[in-house]
Amino acid sequence: MRTSSLSAGRLGFGAVLLLLLVLCPFFLPIYWTLILTEILIMALFAMSFNLLLGYTGLLSFGQAGMFGAGAYAAALAILKGGLSLWLALAAGVFTAALVALVIGYLCVRRDEIYFAMITLGFGMMLYTVAHNWIELTGGSDGLPLPAVPPLTFFAWEVSLFDPRWMYLFVLAVTLLGTLVLWRVVRSPFGLLLTAIRENRDRLAFVGASVQNIRLAAFVIAGAISGLAGALFCLFNNMATPDFLHWGFSAKPVLMTILGGAGVFLGPAFGAAVFFALEQATIQITENWMIVLGAVLIPVVIFFPRGILGTILHRLSAGRRKTP
Amino acid sequence: MSDEPILKIEHLGHSYGKFEVIRDISMEVPRGVLTALIGPNGAGKTTFYNAVSGRFRPTRGKVYFDGRDITGMPAHKIVPQGLLRSFQITNIFPNLTVIENVLVPLVLQQGRTYALWRRLGREKALYRQAEEVLDKIGILENARRPASELAYGDKRLVEMAIVLARRPKLVLLDEPTAGMNPEETERMIQLIRELAERFGTTIFLTEHDMKVVFSVAARIFVLHQGGLLAAGDPRTIRSDPRVREAYLGGAADA
Repeated sequence: MRTSSLSAGRLGFGAVLLLLLVLCPFFLPIYWTLILTEILIMALFAMSFNLLLGYTGLLSFGQAGMFGAGAYAAALAILKGGLSLWLALAAGVFTAALVALVIGYLCVRRDEIYFAMITLGFGMMLYTVAHNWIELTGGSDGLPLPAVPPLTFFAWEVSLFDPRWMYLFVLAVTLLGTLVLWRVVRSPFGLLLTAIRENRDRLAFVGASVQNIRLAAFVIAGAISGLAGALFCLFNNMATPDFLHWGFSAKPVLMTILGGAGVFLGPAFGAAVFFALEQATIQITENWMIVLGAVLIPVVIFFPRGILGTILHRLSAGRRKTP
Repeated sequence: MSDEPILKIEHLGHSYGKFEVIRDISMEVPRGVLTALIGPNGAGKTTFYNAVSGRFRPTRGKVYFDGRDITGMPAHKIVPQGLLRSFQITNIFPNLTVIENVLVPLVLQQGRTYALWRRLGREKALYRQAEEVLDKIGILENARRPASELAYGDKRLVEMAIVLARRPKLVLLDEPTAGMNPEETERMIQLIRELAERFGTTIFLTEHDMKVVFSVAARIFVLHQGGLLAAGDPRTIRSDPRVREAYLGGAADA
């Protein structure tokens, strides 16, 4: 009985949140609509990263490599291929998955810090490729998109030049990506991911190929990171090497730790906190990283479950105490 | 074919550099016979188990399981053939619930590893099987608790449940009663007997506690300084002077 009322509550909460998200651009100023769009994209990126960190127990420090691969693939699909919006997104996903397959194949044998360092190394290599292969990527200037293809749905067509439509488009795609991740973590495969995190040795000795399962997780996470990257490219009207910089790889790490790696929506919550802090800070000072650090350190020390993780933990502990 | 041994070892040896941990071990474990491997500390029991179960490739010799050569295969290729093991140190998935601990091997066994679009919660058959296993082991009432919350002895039972969920033909138990209190030990012995008698699983265990060994095993191998010292039924082993010597007249008298 409790579980069903719990999931009903969760469903209701989700519906209200969704409604709010859809209505946001109609009463928020354009500036905040733009910020919110970026939050959604980074939330999807951070959640894809958390499939590896929170569920599989792998710290990927090169996730921006897949994000950037998705962004450049989308840009090139539009610029050189003249492809539609949906196909540009598909190109981003497919390319990022392919990159993840190659990098993952070489990384998944390693554990902990070694895995983190190798993914970091590959991320830096991809950054250099984006920066120096000027004929393909435009070098440090990046690839500007003169125009984003219109959003088409059968006969219906609308320009994403309007930030509100861009927001709604990003929201829809982000929800789709989130749904994919949700289904994956709730599947039998998702259980095996948590088993890798908990005890990969025991898992191997009940008959699992830990490397293959990790590789599958890395490819799925990479594909969704690529989807986020492709959205980011459309949102910014360009792809630049900055998207692949290792500093960019640190963003989903920070967001996930802020929000909580143990909660599905933790990284998304962390992304929102990250941007809210940034917006609040830059009104006062340029030194926003100092403020970020000042928030991050106590979170790590006093709330290792992250902000959302701690809130949910307190709530469920409170519920358990009341009979 | 059923009188073919479930496990056959030929001249098995393993060295770390120049140090030979086990050497020239040949043995046959008959199907359905509760077998024990004993030996003083450092005799090489765990190394032997590791070499047989796929932790690493032994430097010499052959391992045949159920008639097939499995020498040097990784664990994930050996396990599906029906050979599973437990570990000396409790080895479970601590932050998963007890039933999830058992669902993990069932997902693997049912070939659901890459079932990305199925919902685990809707796999009623898997849950039913997991509950059956937990019931058999006697920890069903703890099914929804995180495994890390359980008492020590119960955690060891969770590991037994993980292993048995895959319906193994042969189970290697590395000191199943290590660290248990007398009551828990008694429960484990009872469980091991039941498994051997009722579920058609061959048990091959190592054990420190000679009381446990002589009360459950029908056949005993004695390992000493990396080599096989003696083999036989408990009575033969008990009266073997070499075994007494190896244990310095200690626990073997018990």
